[in-house]
Amino acid sequence: MLKNKQKLMLGLPYYFWAIAFIIIPLCLVIYYGLTDKTGAFTFNNIASIADPQHTKALWIAVKLSIISTIICLFLAYPLAMILVNFKKGKSSILVMLFILPMWMNFLLRTMAWQTLLENTGVINTLLQTIGLPKINIINTPGAIIFGMVYNFLPFMVLPIYNSLAKIDINVVNAARDLGANGIITFGRITLPLSLPGVISGITMVFVPALTTFVISAILGGNKILLIGNVIEQEFSQTSNWHLGSGLSMVLMVFIIISMIFTAIFDKDGEGLI
Amino acid sequence: MNQDALIYLKNISKSYGSQMVLDDFNLYIRENEFLTLLGPSGCGKTTTLRILGGFETPDKGTVLFNNEDITNLSPNKRQLNTVFQKYALFTHMNIAENIAFGLKIKGKSKSYIDDKIKYALKLVNLDGYEKRMPDSLSGGQQQRIAIARAIVNEPKVLLLDEPLGALDLKLRQDMQYELIRLKNELGITFIYVTHDQEEALTMSDTIVVMNQGYIQQIGTPEKIYNEPENAFVADFIGDSNILDGIMVKDELVQILGANFSCVDSGFGLNKPVDVVIRPEDVELVDEKDGTITGTVTHLIFKGVHYEMEVTANGFEWLVHSTNCFPVGTKVGIHVKPFNIQIMNKPESEDEEASHVEE
Ligand SMILES: Nc1ncnc2c1ncn2[C@@H]1O[C@H](COP(=O)(O)OP(=O)(O)OP(=O)(O)O)[C@@H](O)[C@H]1O
Ligand SMILES: [Mg+2]
Repeated sequence: MLKNKQKLMLGLPYYFWAIAFIIIPLCLVIYYGLTDKTGAFTFNNIASIADPQHTKALWIAVKLSIISTIICLFLAYPLAMILVNFKKGKSSILVMLFILPMWMNFLLRTMAWQTLLENTGVINTLLQTIGLPKINIINTPGAIIFGMVYNFLPFMVLPIYNSLAKIDINVVNAARDLGANGIITFGRITLPLSLPGVISGITMVFVPALTTFVISAILGGNKILLIGNVIEQEFSQTSNWHLGSGLSMVLMVFIIISMIFTAIFDKDGEGLI
Repeated sequence: MNQDALIYLKNISKSYGSQMVLDDFNLYIRENEFLTLLGPSGCGKTTTLRILGGFETPDKGTVLFNNEDITNLSPNKRQLNTVFQKYALFTHMNIAENIAFGLKIKGKSKSYIDDKIKYALKLVNLDGYEKRMPDSLSGGQQQRIAIARAIVNEPKVLLLDEPLGALDLKLRQDMQYELIRLKNELGITFIYVTHDQEEALTMSDTIVVMNQGYIQQIGTPEKIYNEPENAFVADFIGDSNILDGIMVKDELVQILGANFSCVDSGFGLNKPVDVVIRPEDVELVDEKDGTITGTVTHLIFKGVHYEMEVTANGFEWLVHSTNCFPVGTKVGIHVKPFNIQIMNKPESEDEEASHVEE
């Protein structure tokens, strides 16, 4: 009895935190999403995703975040393998190098890239001085993808690194011993054993990329609207909280689907940091 | 003598950082031999197997297989298979897939593979385990699957790193018997690692006693047991009384102030030596008939024999005998000349672990 009471006491701050910052906002979103300005129940907010402009924004967001996730995956996997193959002492320094930029403010980093990539920015000035053509990347989907990959790559590297580091070297050796060459060993042993990390990496990149509005606002110059930008504008500019909440609920469905996906493949939470 | 050598480890040295693990290591392995590497933990047994398997390259020296240099050949191209010390099963595959792994790579037919899986599981006493996952097996069962996974490939040479370590006594004895039967049936050369001296003595054709990366002695089990070349081997293999002695002249050794006749010669005059006498070779006789006399201080019944401790001239003699002498009895100690094993004393700490030429 006493033990249960103590447990409850210890958990109290967390319950409070969860109620104040997760449950209540969630309820508010659902309430606003399902009502109109007069407070009457309606599905119109959710249905407004069918509005061509909204569908387009959702489609672009899905497309760009899938592309970014794939690029992240193909960059991160070899990188994680290199990190794992380093001797213990050195690898922790390298991993730190990767985590370090994550501690710097996300907005600052993205804005720095805006300055660097601008048509009259540092990179183009440099290119012109050495006689190379300018690259007009700012305010294009390419710049948004670049920003997503740059910001979310560590979230792909770390879970993959973790699951690769857990593989017993003797298991890999055993495959080689039984006659498998490097490629077969990778395909049949290393890759399947690192899959939990890959899956959680995919989720950890895809979900924030899908919902971002900052990257597209800064590097896309508000010319390319992602679903995140549409929702953000409904809240901050149009002040139509009902519509914004309704669209958020649609987005949430996508997020929940990818969460379920992770839960199925990564049962032990292996890939998580 | 290296004509019929299947494998030849030649002048192998390996160190990790500043730690020398193998130092100028030389070893022949003949075809069909059951060779055991025996030694205390950390003496370099696994490292030797890793070099043979191709998972480690020696800093110096060459590995010859059928007179071909395979020092830098990758593991999948070597005609040998390994049973790893910690099993190293593929945890994402079931037992059948684990066993089939090597065969599938070799492109064997499905029916051949299925037969082999059945045969191997029967052999290791785990029929019906095909669909189980490695995680759901006990340590001993996993170890047996590791053996099955290696042997289905019918390699020329099988490297086994303490393959029976996790099994209970009864199962271990059964498996020892099975492994020997298998070896004879398939004509595989076994390179076996253990730190269990009894296992080494019962199973091997040849035993290599190692300590700190040096070979202490190579020989048949009988030879290693009966004629240990130095105090380390004598101490490591079986119980023994190791005493300081002085070789007074040929065939006469002074132990604890008393003169014993022995059969060794050629040590010179008044040379300090190590003397090994096995407990079963110490004969307890009437006080007046003994070379030296002492008092029984401990007595334990061990089943096959009595184990006694006799204090004589300040040394505790370990004695195995079928005759029982109660504690407190005054007894004489006698040892037959050919049961006294004389060995040169190591001249320095370093030489204690020094390389013994074949
Ligand atoms: N990868 C490595 N890095 C550093 N040191 C190592 C490495 N592998 C082995 N060693 C060291 O080499 C020595 C020999 O190791 P090895 O595994 O060959 O011992 P072993 O005889 O198999 O012992 P055990 O009976 O405990 O398995 C040990 O002191 C060990 O610490
Ligand atoms: Mg070992």
